[in-house]
Amino acid sequence: MIYLDHSATTPVNEEVFRKMKPYFSEKFGNASSIHSYGLEAFEAVEETRKKVADFLGADPKEVLFTSGATESDNLAVFGVAEAQEKEGKKLSELHFITTSVEHPAIEEPFLKLKRKGAQVTFLPVQSNGIVDLKEVEKAIQDNTVFISMVYVNSEVGAKQPIKEVGRLVKNVREIRKKKNNLLPLLFHTDAVQAANFFTCDVNELGVDLMSLSGHKVYGPKGVGALFVRRGVKLMPQQIGGHQENNLRSGTYNVPAIVGMGEALKIVKRDRAKNNVYLRSLQKKLIDGILNKVPQAHLTTDVKNSSPAHVHFIFPGAEGESVLMDLDLNGICVSTGSACASSSLKSSSTLAAMGVSKEIVHGAIRMTLGLDNTEEQIDKVLEILPKVVEKYRSMSPDDLFTSEK
Amino acid sequence: MYSKKVLDHFKNPRNQGKLEDANAVAQKGNPVCGDVMKIYLKIENGIIKDAKFETLGCAAAIAVSSLLTEYIKGMTLEEAKKVTKDDIIREADGLPPAKVHCSMLGIDAALTALKNYEEREK
Repeated sequence: MIYLDHSATTPVNEEVFRKMKPYFSEKFGNASSIHSYGLEAFEAVEETRKKVADFLGADPKEVLFTSGATESDNLAVFGVAEAQEKEGKKLSELHFITTSVEHPAIEEPFLKLKRKGAQVTFLPVQSNGIVDLKEVEKAIQDNTVFISMVYVNSEVGAKQPIKEVGRLVKNVREIRKKKNNLLPLLFHTDAVQAANFFTCDVNELGVDLMSLSGHKVYGPKGVGALFVRRGVKLMPQQIGGHQENNLRSGTYNVPAIVGMGEALKIVKRDRAKNNVYLRSLQKKLIDGILNKVPQAHLTTDVKNSSPAHVHFIFPGAEGESVLMDLDLNGICVSTGSACASSSLKSSSTLAAMGVSKEIVHGAIRMTLGLDNTEEQIDKVLEILPKVVEKYRSMSPDDLFTSEK
Repeated sequence: MYSKKVLDHFKNPRNQGKLEDANAVAQKGNPVCGDVMKIYLKIENGIIKDAKFETLGCAAAIAVSSLLTEYIKGMTLEEAKKVTKDDIIREADGLPPAKVHCSMLGIDAALTALKNYEEREK
């Protein structure tokens, strides 16, 4: 089998798995218990917090553990909004900014805030999926309290100018201080798809909150983290215990937390080397497809993307049929994001990029990982063109002819 | 997700391609998902003698196209006009909820082809 869906999830690194194992049956304690078992688990959680903080260039006290990136994203958006409400602000007086290429875990919380009366701007993107910095600047108003921008888009792999927005936010804060505008302006990024490839140093990027996920970085599923810069006011979304300074109640998922910490440590250590390797596979796959498949539209802007993403549209060949046929041939790809596969709604990212309705259903996403090899790419380049041609030839003639 | 029967018809679609001597043809698109099906029927003495299809669509759309052409072959026009989406879903051994609408695509195309044919023959 050839697995080309690393944006959906990654296999757990063996070293990571080894580190996790003792925390299931042997060192199984509840990290909140006071006895020796509890202490052992508590120490594992706190050691991991240091590792995650090191990954972020942050203080361990600024790291919250969650059940995954969806929770981290929800906590960031609702937590910031509710903290402002608690300060006496009305939602309808507050302005939020995000983009039109976010993961649903960000998009839907913002839509909910909007239904509750908040002002929300969904920034447009250019045809390569990237937000124009000028649009961000234009969108910021005196009552803007929160900007959330995905670091790397999960579908096409577009990398957003996080560092530049971080600088912009800093400038706006300076101006506000002079104008005696006391409203905070907080900057959050969902770095789930970026953590493998790009720096997540929160000071270098100038972010106040950052979401991470365990299973996208060769760690376990069911665990994530949220960086919350000291001083940021946040209201918890899950209550009932006392964990994480009351910001996130719930028994610590110790084995998963340990696994995520180890995974992030390895990611940071091997990042430069891995990026070179993935870029070479990415180039080989893209060049091969452009060479062998007529009328293949490359939607990934390679110069401004993750090294793992290869997203194409093959007009005249419906994505799900191509995906299923490739699967029968031992190749696992995706039509977009796995989260969207049970809904019919076509991709909002591709729509925001201006991809027309007629061809949007021909989208295929391939995301590379460390387990992929050059031989596997050769195999894909042998099978994929045949599969695309097969479904194109099944389509009614006026919809697609390769001779066009 | 898909029944064995749907997967079988996706992997080995029956009656796929053009029917050169068809006398009833129609093409229908589904605005919901972008799928398009073209159906070719050969009608003789009020009976569907042959049926073929060309489809741009997901696995369910292709399987439903294949199943439908099998199902209506040999039917009289009156019988074919009574085929419902439930018949096709039953023939498919069920469809995932998000794909139920695919069963309508073939029926729409077939009914349009039959209507065109009857209006011409009047």
